[in-house]
Amino acid sequence: MSLTNEELLEMQRRMVRIRRFDERASKMVKRGQIPGTVHTSIGQEAQVVGACMALGDDDYMSGNHRSHGHPIGKGSPLGPLMAELVGKSGGVCGGKGGSLHLADFAVGSLGESGIVGSSIPIATGAALSSKVLGNGKVSLAFFGDGAANQGCLYEAMNLAGVWQLPVVFLCENNQYALSTPAHTVTSGVIADRAAGFGMPGVRVEDGQDAMAVYDAVSTAVERARAGDGPTLVEVVTYRYNEHSEGLRLGTDYRNADERTQWLERDPIVLFRRHLVETGVATDEEMDALEAEVLDEVEQAFQFSQDSPFPDPEVAFRDLYTEPIGVTS
Amino acid sequence: MTVMSYLGAIGAAQREAMEADERVVIIGEDVEANVYGTTGGSGKSRADKGDFLQMFGSNRIRNTPISEEVIVGAAIGAAMTGLRPIVDLSYSSFLYMAMDQFVNQAAKNRYMFGGQASLPVVFRSAMFYGLNTGAHHSDRPYPMFMNVPGLKIVVPSSPYDAKGLLRTAVDTDDPVLTFEACTLWGSKGEVPEEEYSIPFGQARTVREGTDVTVVAISSAVPEAVAAAEQLAEEGISVEVIDPRTLVPLDTAAIVESVSRTGRLVVADPAHRTCSAAAEISAIVAEEAFGSLLAPIVRVTTPDTQIPFSPALEKQLYPNRSYIGDAVRRVTGERVSVPPTPEGVDDALSTQAPR
Repeated sequence: MSLTNEELLEMQRRMVRIRRFDERASKMVKRGQIPGTVHTSIGQEAQVVGACMALGDDDYMSGNHRSHGHPIGKGSPLGPLMAELVGKSGGVCGGKGGSLHLADFAVGSLGESGIVGSSIPIATGAALSSKVLGNGKVSLAFFGDGAANQGCLYEAMNLAGVWQLPVVFLCENNQYALSTPAHTVTSGVIADRAAGFGMPGVRVEDGQDAMAVYDAVSTAVERARAGDGPTLVEVVTYRYNEHSEGLRLGTDYRNADERTQWLERDPIVLFRRHLVETGVATDEEMDALEAEVLDEVEQAFQFSQDSPFPDPEVAFRDLYTEPIGVTS
Repeated sequence: MTVMSYLGAIGAAQREAMEADERVVIIGEDVEANVYGTTGGSGKSRADKGDFLQMFGSNRIRNTPISEEVIVGAAIGAAMTGLRPIVDLSYSSFLYMAMDQFVNQAAKNRYMFGGQASLPVVFRSAMFYGLNTGAHHSDRPYPMFMNVPGLKIVVPSSPYDAKGLLRTAVDTDDPVLTFEACTLWGSKGEVPEEEYSIPFGQARTVREGTDVTVVAISSAVPEAVAAAEQLAEEGISVEVIDPRTLVPLDTAAIVESVSRTGRLVVADPAHRTCSAAAEISAIVAEEAFGSLLAPIVRVTTPDTQIPFSPALEKQLYPNRSYIGDAVRRVTGERVSVPPTPEGVDDALSTQAPR
């Protein structure tokens, strides 16, 4: 499971992409350049990219409302993602999905979901098709600590267990379901719930360590690919921003010290230090990488601005594979 | 042609689809044991070849836990990634357990992902109404799903249609919900032994007529035909149309028929409010108002839950008597209102047009 230097740099590049993309998206919401809101993955980059890098290019993935990091982590180009956030025709979904419903089938991204937990059965089904067709693909379902209390997760874990499906259930435990601390609504430890379904349950305590996440998910992916069935991986992490951009809550549900402590263990800073200390890259090379990503995000922004809005008639397309009623 | 039951026709369509395309799989509760009779062989061939489980193997015939949400969701995910699942949900009332997956995933994924996904998946379920199964098993919920753009809705009423429509459902690249009527399971009809499919959105004129159009749905179709036979003896010529699919709906055929007859009765076993009958009535009111010689009459199940007792249940659904009376009303015949409880069907208690 050792990564080449090139792959290690790619891991850092994808984490920085998520950070800069979401910082830009946050700014765009504040400036009114994105209609509605977005949910950023800032602070959770190691958890997202560590998991995505453990998957192959052809493997499947489904996600949730904290939605930009997943396709970026899976290798989706930034321009069409940014254009989708703005509702442009050049968006990855042609402007019909928006932030909550990003999907890029070209990289195995089967779709983010605005309904908490709802995409878990979808990823499970993708694993079923892999199993029936025997194509060796693995599927990974991202979901949060909030979704860990949805019934569909346990229906999916049970089904994946009895059918030995090649799926990884990846709980992104950022410790808050909007304002609700996970421990106040979650009985026991999420990872421990795997035992009830006869599958391994792994808890990555330091979800800010990209390699720790990568190692845990790689083990799960290898197990799935070998035909040994599903794994539940819980990764403990932290979101820096509010639940959604622009959300202003009267109460401070998060402890200021807690936030400071997490900020001190920033996943991008940590991994950069690791890469420099182990001689994978120099500080100058890391600076260059970050500058390249900034440029990439700027280009994505430009792409989103240059792309035209979709024609009104697009609202009537893509409902069915053939026209029915008002659709064409 | 061979004579086949409605249930046998469904089984035949499933077998043929399984044989034609190895991406077709059957997922559901009790499908291995062929509990409902649609995943097995029959007669001599069953003795020789066994049921689908023996014919196609456990990779493609998959018994599930009682977990509707993941059964439906997994079928959607599998359809998005290369399989063509047929899901047997047994009772239509069980669809509610998976409502999020139907509404938020099956219906929306192709659309909100800008056409990246196609979802070739069929969800079969049976409506156990009229069989004293009580409120939890007797629902006819197809109109709820007509209100969800992105789904196709099929309501076969004969063995021939059951086989041909199911094959189209399997072969189409969109999510299809088929609602089968248990009261029709045993009904027999001529069915081609070879493979065939019936295009969606093409109504069947079950019986031609000139005085009144009766659009009938699911188990109301044979009842409408029986009513038409009785009415013919009374000198009233009834045209019976079975839409066969509610989404897409063959609006043109219905409007064309009403434009000739000038009168419409819609017989629909669903609850009255926001029923398929309500939608069809509205379409005709909008598109053929000028042709109408009498108000449209709906014969539906009244807006009450389904009671268990045979003494209570039987009166609720559209039957030949109610349909016949509705036809007599729109043709201006004075009718003796049947001994139904007050308020059972508003249409039956309104004054007949003169």
